[in-house]
Amino acid sequence: MGRIVLKSVTKSFGDVEVIPPLDLTIEEGEFAVFVGPSGCGKSTLLRMIAGLEDLSSGSIEIDGQDATQVPPAKRGLAMVFQSYALYPHMSVRKNIGFPLRMAKMAPAKVTARVETAAKSLNLMDYLDRKPADLSGGQRQRVAIGRAIVREPAAFLFDEPLSNLDAALRVGMRLEIGELHERLQTTMIYVTHDQVEAMTMANKIVVLRAGVIEQVGSPLELYHRPRNTFVAGFIGSPKMNLISGTQAQKYDAATIGIRPEHIDVSMTEGSWEGYVGVAEHLGSDTFLHVHGSGVSEMITVRISGDISVNQGDTIYLTPQSDQLHRFDAQGTRIP
Amino acid sequence: MAIVAKPSKLGTFGRPVLAWTVGLLFFFPIFWMVLTSFKTDADAVKPEHLIFFQPTLENYLNMTENYDYWRFARNSVITAVMATLFTLFVGIPCAYAMAFNPSRATKDVLMWMLSTKMLPAAAVLYPMTFLTKSAGLFDTHFLIILVLSLINLPIVVWMLFTYFKEIPKDIIEAGKMDGVNTWGEIREILIPLAWGGIAATALLCFIFCWNEAYWTVRLTTTNAATLSKLIEGNRAPEGLFFGRLSAVSAAAVGPIVVLGWFCQKQLVQGLTFGAVK
Ligand SMILES: Nc1ncnc2c1ncn2[C@@H]1O[C@H](COP(=O)(O)OP(=O)(O)O)[C@@H](O)[C@H]1O
Ligand SMILES: [Mg+2]
Repeated sequence: MGRIVLKSVTKSFGDVEVIPPLDLTIEEGEFAVFVGPSGCGKSTLLRMIAGLEDLSSGSIEIDGQDATQVPPAKRGLAMVFQSYALYPHMSVRKNIGFPLRMAKMAPAKVTARVETAAKSLNLMDYLDRKPADLSGGQRQRVAIGRAIVREPAAFLFDEPLSNLDAALRVGMRLEIGELHERLQTTMIYVTHDQVEAMTMANKIVVLRAGVIEQVGSPLELYHRPRNTFVAGFIGSPKMNLISGTQAQKYDAATIGIRPEHIDVSMTEGSWEGYVGVAEHLGSDTFLHVHGSGVSEMITVRISGDISVNQGDTIYLTPQSDQLHRFDAQGTRIP
Repeated sequence: MAIVAKPSKLGTFGRPVLAWTVGLLFFFPIFWMVLTSFKTDADAVKPEHLIFFQPTLENYLNMTENYDYWRFARNSVITAVMATLFTLFVGIPCAYAMAFNPSRATKDVLMWMLSTKMLPAAAVLYPMTFLTKSAGLFDTHFLIILVLSLINLPIVVWMLFTYFKEIPKDIIEAGKMDGVNTWGEIREILIPLAWGGIAATALLCFIFCWNEAYWTVRLTTTNAATLSKLIEGNRAPEGLFFGRLSAVSAAAVGPIVVLGWFCQKQLVQGLTFGAVK
């Protein structure tokens, strides 16, 4: 249960085409992440899958059934909103049990399911509180609880962690990951944060202006980005993209090299430069190097701590097997 | 008010004085009316008895005996309550649809609804009288309820629309995902969340219905006549019976003043469309 197929799906708001024809298959049990910059149409796509937004054209299949005209409630999908969207007038218990009550489930069964969900989400002590009396993380858990009690065919998450502070976010990320491990239900997760995408996904869908730039596993995207957009979007710090004479040496319009794939020497190497800023994090050191042969600033990531300072002359050598080459259109050269 | 950044001396002292002056000015006619209602008709017109007089309950006693006050009052209650309920029954789904499933025409429909309030009532007086008489609806409760509902629907839909707009769309959509149908959504989510706004709207609608005089006076004779009609009826044939007229008026506005007193907060919220919290 939970295979979702989008066929030539499009969406326009008035005259503005937000999603040009788009095809995508999400397999049963997959953790798919839609990632892309703000405004690229991730939420719109997710809402179309949920049924909250009509399609301008194309069709959506859920488990082999055409669901294009099926209302949201009948699609068997559960959604967790960025704002949590809890019912403020209901207690946590009522919130979680709401979809079951609406499905006319027997009260005893509702209670049992709500308590099971609450236990797994550490919400047992809060069942009789109202959402207003909960912290952000607890509200998020309630929203997840309300989604899981229904045992949906798939979960839809729209930036569920972006209202949480950084520390909580990491914790919730793990919890959602564990939830997926446990339930093995299809999840579609929208985020603009590529770190979330990389850490959680089986399958990442990179979107730009409503167009799928690449679909693949996190490591596929990391090792073989299909174009300069994906190359620059996935990975932190960002991949260095260098064009001009240095790129021509490699028969490419642009070359890309990740900060962690550059060897550093104080005496010799391919590119000479001087250190602009050195960020010492302890575990890693980030150097921002201005080169003489390269016009772009190059970021280098070195494991551990090294003693370099601002202004030091330094030599950089890209690891040739980790070098990405792109043509003038920005497409990867194999 | 927001333009004055720092409260000036004039602001801190002048404003309460101004407020009290305006308040007393508005209150005075009502005060005078209530005072007059306790005077005999003879005393009522004598300037020397303006403040000092022998109070009497005669006017009130006469009223229930001679004019059947309670029948008019009952009609007022029935028509105002029923019209308010009917208006909400139609207005809530209507405002819900416009707030959460707006179409391109929603803004225009709202404007159009408001524009119907600009039609002078007198313009349709004769058609209305003629039509209701030939349809056999003249002087029926049904007609008055219908007319009161139609008069107040635009303002009620507008008010509800503004209140519903304040509910986050996500919550309504969460309801849709959770398997609620439209009626369930209105019953389980919308009404509990907008309860304050709905109550304020209902209250205002009730008051408007109660106070309505143009149509209730003209489309009734006895059967469905409301308190407005009672006041009106006391003016014409009896001439200068101010004491009696004041008593009738006081008894007509009394219930609504009491209601308004107890619901001040909701009323202010209603009249300012929730802008004052
Ligand atoms: N209801 C709407 N009406 C008009 N334009 C919209 C509507 N919803 C979204 N858009 C537009 O569609 C684009 C994609 O929005 P969205 O899917 O929310 O982006 P994302 O979630 O990736 O940040 C944006 O340019 C946004 O302005
Ligand atoms: Mg979004």
